[in-house]
Amino acid sequence: MFSMSEKELGKKWDRCLADGAIKLGTGLGLGIVFSVLFFKRHTWPISLGSGAGLGMAYANCQNNLRSHYMLHRGDKEQ
Amino acid sequence: MLRACLRGANATARKNYRRIPLTSLQQCRHYTAGESSSASKVVVAGLLTVSGGIGGTILYAKWDHKFRAAVEKNVPYSDWLLGLALGPPAQDPGLPIKKRVELAQPPSMIEKQVKKSAKKEGAEGPVKDSSPVPSKPAQSIEEECKECHEHKEATAVHPAPTEPMKERPVEEVAARLAQQEQEEQDISASVSASLEDSLASSAKATLQAIGAQEAALQAIIQHTDKLKEAMEAEVLPEEKSNQWKDLEAALADRTTALNDARAALSKANESLDSLRSAIDKSKGLKISSVRPLVLAAEENLHNMVVDLDKMVMKVQSAESEAKIVSQYSELVNEAKRQFQREVSSLTPEIQANWKGLTGKLSTDDLNALIAHAHRRIDQLNRELAEQKVREKIHIDAALEQQKLEDQKALDNAVNTVLQHVKEEARLEQERKLAELREVMEAEMRTQLRRQAAAHTDHVQDVLKVQEHELKAEAEQVLSSKMLEQETRYRQLTQEQLDNFTLDMNTAYARLKGVEEAIDSHVVAEEEARKAHQLWLSVEALSYSLKTAEADVPTVPLENAAQAVRDSCRDNDFALALASALPEKSLQRGVYSEASLRARFNSLRSLARRVALIDESRNSLYQYFLSYLQAALLFEKSQEAPPSQLSSEDLDPFKLLSYASYCLEHGDLELAAKLVNQLRGEARRVVQDWLIEARLTLETRQVVSLLSAYANAVGLGTTQAP
Repeated sequence: MFSMSEKELGKKWDRCLADGAIKLGTGLGLGIVFSVLFFKRHTWPISLGSGAGLGMAYANCQNNLRSHYMLHRGDKEQ
Repeated sequence: MLRACLRGANATARKNYRRIPLTSLQQCRHYTAGESSSASKVVVAGLLTVSGGIGGTILYAKWDHKFRAAVEKNVPYSDWLLGLALGPPAQDPGLPIKKRVELAQPPSMIEKQVKKSAKKEGAEGPVKDSSPVPSKPAQSIEEECKECHEHKEATAVHPAPTEPMKERPVEEVAARLAQQEQEEQDISASVSASLEDSLASSAKATLQAIGAQEAALQAIIQHTDKLKEAMEAEVLPEEKSNQWKDLEAALADRTTALNDARAALSKANESLDSLRSAIDKSKGLKISSVRPLVLAAEENLHNMVVDLDKMVMKVQSAESEAKIVSQYSELVNEAKRQFQREVSSLTPEIQANWKGLTGKLSTDDLNALIAHAHRRIDQLNRELAEQKVREKIHIDAALEQQKLEDQKALDNAVNTVLQHVKEEARLEQERKLAELREVMEAEMRTQLRRQAAAHTDHVQDVLKVQEHELKAEAEQVLSSKMLEQETRYRQLTQEQLDNFTLDMNTAYARLKGVEEAIDSHVVAEEEARKAHQLWLSVEALSYSLKTAEADVPTVPLENAAQAVRDSCRDNDFALALASALPEKSLQRGVYSEASLRARFNSLRSLARRVALIDESRNSLYQYFLSYLQAALLFEKSQEAPPSQLSSEDLDPFKLLSYASYCLEHGDLELAAKLVNQLRGEARRVVQDWLIEARLTLETRQVVSLLSAYANAVGLGTTQAP
């Protein structure tokens, strides 16, 4: 009913942060698991995992924020 | 630094100054030593020029008066100096004398003018006031000309004595005429009286003189006769002595008579002179009635003069005769005396009266006497012969003498007669003139009578004609007035009828009007009710707009809009307006301005933060940069927007400040417009706000239009008290 376009950005940021947190955490966890399990407690899998997780979160966030400006393939085809 | 410069300048100036006076003093000293003579020369030269100039000015002023006047006017104390040097300025002699002469003349002119005007006014009869005027005939022409010029002046200066030239009333003229006649009569009476008196006196004197002259004449004649008698008659001695006594008596008479005659003559001359002067005076009066008297007096005078002259002539002739006789008697007496002397010398004893002494004489005496007598006879004979010889000469001489005397007497007589004749001729002329004048007067009177008769006839004719004209005019006027009255009467009746019909019409019309008014009132009231209803519904709508609270929109406007639509079913305009309300407002309601404002404030910070993000720039890094920009960039929170936006005003920060200013000042429309200029992400962020603002604006516009319309309709239908 009362669509507030100004809240969208906030929402996006929330999602970004949440997503980032999740992905960072997941990456970190996986990294830790892998480092513990497979890579004799080296730190590089942790940093790899967290970095990968951050990266994915960053990309996701950016994509999310950009989504309005991006013409989707589906619309183009139509 | 400035002070240093000043100090330096002062020091240099002082140094220079110290140097210069020394040199100049030296120079002065050098110059003064040599120039003392030249300075005095200069002074002397200057004094000479100045004195020369002053002297030249004075001389020229003496010669040329205009120059002097100019100098006195222009140079302040020059008049004092010139007065000292030359004396007071000489006046121009020509003008003042003329002026004085002119001034002297006008008073005399004015006097004459008064008299002349008095004469002009009394034009009916002869005026005696003009007596002084004719006494100056020589100047008359000039004076008349001057009077022509100065007549106006005189009349202006002396308005009082010269009466206005208006026609006098008849009575006044008659009175004046009568007065003049009376005066004339008085004067003529007085003149005649004086003339008669002088005439009488002169007549008396003349008669006296004539009588005296006659007496003298008689006396002379008597005396001469007596003398002749005494000379020639041979009478007795006693009678001789009587004769001689008579003679002496006669002589005495004659002398007295002559004296009396002379006295009487002088008296008569005096009286005649007075009579003549009286006649002249009365002639000078110039009154016609006096003239015959004057004429008669002159004639009398002339006659008296003639008589007197005649008598005088007679007396003179008698006197001349008497002179001859006396001369003869003298001669005889002389001869007698001589003889007696001779006789007495011869005979001393014998006395005078020798005729009675014939007996007493002796013979010697007688012989001596006879010898003497003979000798005397011889002598006398000789003398007689001589006389006879010289008779002619003597006679010629006597004739000459007599001729001369006769000539003189003739001349005198001729002169007197000539004078008399002249006098008679003049009198005759005057008589003829008087007669002619009378004739002329009579003729003039007849002519005037004729003219008067003609005038009366003419006047009668003119009066008759005028009478006709006036009658015709009066009848015309009467008829026109009658016509006028009739038309007016008809007009009035018509007017009354018209008024009555008019009143009836007006009453009917008013009735009709009243009915119409009532009908229209009903209609109007219906209209008014409807308008009122509309207005109420619109008010309700606008009130429902106000129900918006913060962050909560108004109630849905559907009901109110419906009510409005119901109340204006037959009004297309209102219907159109009512249906122009946006759907969303009807369904959902609109936000209030205050809520929008509050929302904007929060929006603003967000929009600032994403100001840099648009289609091209939308990575996270750009987001970071945008956030950095928002943190670092400061702009005015509220800035008044310009009337025209330029390209640099399209900066989102500026736009946001303009918009917040507008919002703060209640201009939602302008704020929306400005916000509409945002591009990119900022625009996406404020999109909804914009939509809401648009909605609110639309609804508000429609509602305001409706309310204005309802107000207008309401105003239109309300009846003014």
